[in-house]
Amino acid sequence: MSTPIQIVPGTSTPKKPPPAQKEDSMLLQKELINGNYHELATAREMNRKVSATFVPGNLNELLMCFDFARSLPETNALQNGMRKKSGKMIMDAERDGHSEDVCTYVKADLGMMLQGQVGPTGEALPTPDVLLLSYTGCFTFMKWFELIRQKYDCETVMLHVPYQGDGRISKNMRDYVLKQLKEKVIPTLEKVSGVKFDIDRLRQYMKESVKAEEDLVWTLQSAKHKPSPIDGYFGAVYYIGPIFTAFRGTPEATKFYSVLRKEIEQRIREGKGPVTPEGEHPGEKYRLVVEGPPNWTSFREFWKMFYDEGAVVVASTYAKVGGVYDFGFRHDPDHPLESLAEYCLGCYTNLNFPQRIDMICKYLDEYQADGLLINSIKSCNSFSAGQLLILREVERRTGKPAAFIESDLVDPRYFSAANIKNRLESYFQMVKQKRAAGMGAKPAGHAPMPPIVPAPTAH
Amino acid sequence: MNTREIIARCEHLFEDLRFGAVKEWKAAKPGRKAIGYMPIYVPREIIHAAGMLPVGIFGGGDQLEVIQGDAYYQSYICRIPRSTLELGLTGRLDCLDGMLFPSICDVIRNLSGMWQIMFKDKYVKYFDVPQNYDDAIGGEFYVHEMQQLREDLGKLAGKEISDEQLRASIAVYNENRKAVRELYAYRAQEPWQAPTSELYLVLRAGCVLPPEEHTQVVRAYLAAARTEERPRRDNARVVLSGSFCEQPPLSLIKSIEMSGCYVVDEDFQLIQSWLLDEVPVSGDPLEELSKAFLHRSISTSSKYDERKEDKGKFLLKQIKDRGAEGVVFAAASFCDPALLERPMLQGILAQHKIPYTAFKYSENTGQMAPIREQAGTFADSIKLWSAA
Repeated sequence: MSTPIQIVPGTSTPKKPPPAQKEDSMLLQKELINGNYHELATAREMNRKVSATFVPGNLNELLMCFDFARSLPETNALQNGMRKKSGKMIMDAERDGHSEDVCTYVKADLGMMLQGQVGPTGEALPTPDVLLLSYTGCFTFMKWFELIRQKYDCETVMLHVPYQGDGRISKNMRDYVLKQLKEKVIPTLEKVSGVKFDIDRLRQYMKESVKAEEDLVWTLQSAKHKPSPIDGYFGAVYYIGPIFTAFRGTPEATKFYSVLRKEIEQRIREGKGPVTPEGEHPGEKYRLVVEGPPNWTSFREFWKMFYDEGAVVVASTYAKVGGVYDFGFRHDPDHPLESLAEYCLGCYTNLNFPQRIDMICKYLDEYQADGLLINSIKSCNSFSAGQLLILREVERRTGKPAAFIESDLVDPRYFSAANIKNRLESYFQMVKQKRAAGMGAKPAGHAPMPPIVPAPTAH
Repeated sequence: MNTREIIARCEHLFEDLRFGAVKEWKAAKPGRKAIGYMPIYVPREIIHAAGMLPVGIFGGGDQLEVIQGDAYYQSYICRIPRSTLELGLTGRLDCLDGMLFPSICDVIRNLSGMWQIMFKDKYVKYFDVPQNYDDAIGGEFYVHEMQQLREDLGKLAGKEISDEQLRASIAVYNENRKAVRELYAYRAQEPWQAPTSELYLVLRAGCVLPPEEHTQVVRAYLAAARTEERPRRDNARVVLSGSFCEQPPLSLIKSIEMSGCYVVDEDFQLIQSWLLDEVPVSGDPLEELSKAFLHRSISTSSKYDERKEDKGKFLLKQIKDRGAEGVVFAAASFCDPALLERPMLQGILAQHKIPYTAFKYSENTGQMAPIREQAGTFADSIKLWSAA
């Protein structure tokens, strides 16, 4: 069932967009996220301590063991981006001395602080009591919390998660993370919260996590159906919201994923495609795999470009940024701390290049996709540096066409709708040509068609 | 040899992007191997103990035309990975038997995986270092990582690396670091006698020469510089900060000096001064290397500062110890670690009323007039303030 709701109009959009179509699960998701913002806004009056942490390597169940209200600066930035508020925040941070070259999530967060720390929903967010720097797959996180610490002057605890440079998790890496959890992270969280750590409480939360993880994986893998009942990139943003943020391990998340699953089961029975903000999908013409995060400032416009062409994203790497569950990992209530370590080490951006390429090739095969699209994000070197090699390798190995577009996370100055649309149109034409030529099933020794990439830039 | 002759040799080594010195070293004895490393830090002692030559790869500089490397990177990525790839793709790094990619930023981290794919016949390792500085936590992790490297290189060399070999290599690098420390101290004392544009070349020679030979070069330069009389100018004494990975072109260093600044400290070649004092040659060698890394190494933006009050401490010490009057922040364009760190350091300098200026460059920056203008104005303003 779908219910029309009004999307908050953008300040830079001249015309009000028509009401966006959303499924019930999307409304429930919004309710959860907004509820968390309210919880944060009222944390002080409720005498609760506040933590801040990141999405990849998010130790939500552990934070809940200490009764923290939980803030995630990345989601604050993206929510502000979707609400068209991030542009000014970024410019404010740049005026305050931050380079135009660096991550716009960081600058949106710092800009929000400069503007009085008013959160995306309009309620003031509290200063965190602890910054849990679970530093997974991105060096910028480390500098981000150092920057915030300079301003907030609050307790900061680092969880250094080593990178899978050799494409595997060694015992040494696992032991290192585990030791930090036991000897650094937990004692700090105990000290800040005044709550003693109870491992059985952690186990209990993890039992809930597993239920939600099962349903999330089922949901993401439902895109193997033809037509796909979901969009595994734009739609998946809603699906991953609760589990990647403050809700993994809660009964609310379990309920959300159960509702979502029922909704999708119904869509499969009815042979329907995904619901998009423009309405029911007009019919699946192209099935794509997407690598890289979405642009948030023009999220709906970006999605509409796919909708207009009849394209559905059947799998995306971004939907694995807060945890790779579809290859079997689940949080383990019997080994809770060990599984937290394993979880952090396994997040998508902590995988090395050969692993990332293998994953994408597997998706192209298993989801019977027509090709790969890379949305390369200026802000995010962790994702973006080297993506042009990913593109070449995937084309070489699968024979399927790939394309490359560029945008940014939350900086509206780096979303060029006309350029992206042109490139997407060329790409879809190429996919069509490949189909007509009966190509694309296997590399078969012949040279692949040249990928759609930006012209090399002299540097 | 006089300084001119020494510098001419170092400049030749610096400009040789075919790595002739490495090839010569390998050719001198059959079976020798060389291992490249990127900025900012790897324990070179382990490579040396394996009987191999550690080779510092700091990009292609301003003399290399990057053609193929550009095809792998978007315009918003710094230049060092593209020029390093260019070096690899044009066969200039064929003399290397392996490459180490230290934990410095996401770009270099990802380059390690690209290298695995593109140069399959080479040994490639992403070398992680701990951001936790407890011996029992980060230290243990780091010892294991070094042990893994030791085993890998032992296999490549065809024989295990013994503790004795490691201790001997630690002693060689202790000597090298001692010589480098003396050179740094002398430069700070009499910067007109040992200008940074020369010191830089002397240090860069350490990227391709065996450490024993490099130590001799450093000492020879130091001895020669002490004996030569050079004119002393009324320059401002500055620390240059933020150039630890992608290197500025040599002409940029010269431009800063010509504009009226004596660069009395910088972070160009951190690997050569990373460990602040002698590593004991007794005891377990890997544990000693670990302790030196955890407790007696320099601070830079790729390293986590455990406490808020640690931020900027190292820079303030550099300023104090070297008698600097200001700081020039020179970071490579799109260098996340340096550019994210910079506002924090600037805030601390402002609190201490230490003047600073900032600009960006890339390794092939060609236009020096704006840099000269900015650095010159900065030097003038320091002189004016100090006179006031």
